[in-house]
Amino acid sequence: MIVLADPGDVRTSRGDNPPWRAPADTTDSLNGASFVVELTHFSGPLDLLLTLLHEEQIDIYDIPIARIAEQFLARIQSLRLDDAAEYLEMAARLLRIKAQMLLPRHDGDESWDDPRAELVRRLLEYQQVREVVDVLDARAELRRSRFAHPPPSVPVRPLAPARLSVALVDLLAAVDRVLRMASGPSVHAVVPRALDVAGAVEAARALLAQRDRLRWKDLVPTGAEPWHVLSVLLALLELARLGECLLRQPIPFGPVEINAAERPSWMAATMIGDAPAPTDERPTVPTPDMETPTVLMPHFDPPHDTAGAAA
Amino acid sequence: MTPLAQLLEAALFASGAPVLLDALAALDPDVTAEQLEEALRELRHRYDEGGHGVELVEVAGGWQILTRAEYTAAIERAQLASRPHRLSAAALETLALIAYRQPITRADIEEIRGVSAGSILRSLLERGLVDVVGKADALGRPLLYGTTPTFLEHFSLRHLGELPRADELAVALRSPATP
Repeated sequence: MIVLADPGDVRTSRGDNPPWRAPADTTDSLNGASFVVELTHFSGPLDLLLTLLHEEQIDIYDIPIARIAEQFLARIQSLRLDDAAEYLEMAARLLRIKAQMLLPRHDGDESWDDPRAELVRRLLEYQQVREVVDVLDARAELRRSRFAHPPPSVPVRPLAPARLSVALVDLLAAVDRVLRMASGPSVHAVVPRALDVAGAVEAARALLAQRDRLRWKDLVPTGAEPWHVLSVLLALLELARLGECLLRQPIPFGPVEINAAERPSWMAATMIGDAPAPTDERPTVPTPDMETPTVLMPHFDPPHDTAGAAA
Repeated sequence: MTPLAQLLEAALFASGAPVLLDALAALDPDVTAEQLEEALRELRHRYDEGGHGVELVEVAGGWQILTRAEYTAAIERAQLASRPHRLSAAALETLALIAYRQPITRADIEEIRGVSAGSILRSLLERGLVDVVGKADALGRPLLYGTTPTFLEHFSLRHLGELPRADELAVALRSPATP
């Protein structure tokens, strides 16, 4: 915001200083000393142009275009508005009109169109807008200077929390309980126990080759060690993932049924006495098929391309 | 004061915004339009003559109880309430165009003002002073803007007819004089 106190830059043409051009607080504090005008607050190139015309007391219907164009350029440079597209466009328009005015014309030439006509029309139109703005501003001030009763906010009464009724004895007992719990920090030593998933897979495969349906108890003997239970669990999940068995639990918390997946008959035949046979069909890669599809997609050639070429 | 005037006073006090005549009439189904007008006149007279700090104002097609202007400075000094910010010159120009030329497209506003109006229109829409009232038949079906009841309230207007007519403005559009 540039505030200039140079009388030469003051708009004297308009008796009433609209507040956005001379803010009330600054004029109040500097009242009588000088005019203070915010020059950056032109609302557009037409505003600036109209202000120039008022300052120079120029008849809007007979604008000395060369002089005004020069002043317009000087003003937008001093206000650093010369990088704003709208002001530049107006400057270019003024220069074009100036050039058109220089073209020779004969006196009494009826067909001559004043190149300034369009600009005059726009200026007049804009001046009307500014006049309405003054009316609107005065009316807004009428309302601004009055307060309305604010609408009552709906009172939301939050439920009051129930009052605590705690005797000192209860409190101390609670503290005692907490301290007792905290007194002996239990340290749990983590011992690495190797799981034998591969062994469990082999065992499950061997059993599945003999029987189509297994039960959990067939794989895990009663009283088995946790590592054994975990190994079998992981092995079954792995086999289910590979499609070698189907896991079903018909009722919640009921026994889990382990069914051998249906295989083509020829495979069943080769599998007799040859437990690890299915691995030939589906290799047990730890994380298969995770990235391959996305990698392959860009190189994927639609088959109908060749069909189209053939046709 | 008559009971009806008291009822109106209570209703207008309870509502912060201007209350439309229809809404006031709904307060008492037995009341005729004449009785309502009479009661409003009575209430306004009461405020004006009885030495009150508030007044009854007709605005935006309704009625509203507002504080009197002479107490605004004191109220603001005491920080009990603060006046809304003034609209910028650019916003007022845009509003003036919309008020007089509505429904109007953004392109028309920009053509007359000579500057882009997008951000100003957006903020006027946010403040509820203007609204989209339709789409023009022109290419691209641009949005048409018009003023709202909030606009009337903001500018203490009972209706748009209270704005000066275009031919009443000092600068009347006339054909440029031949040089």
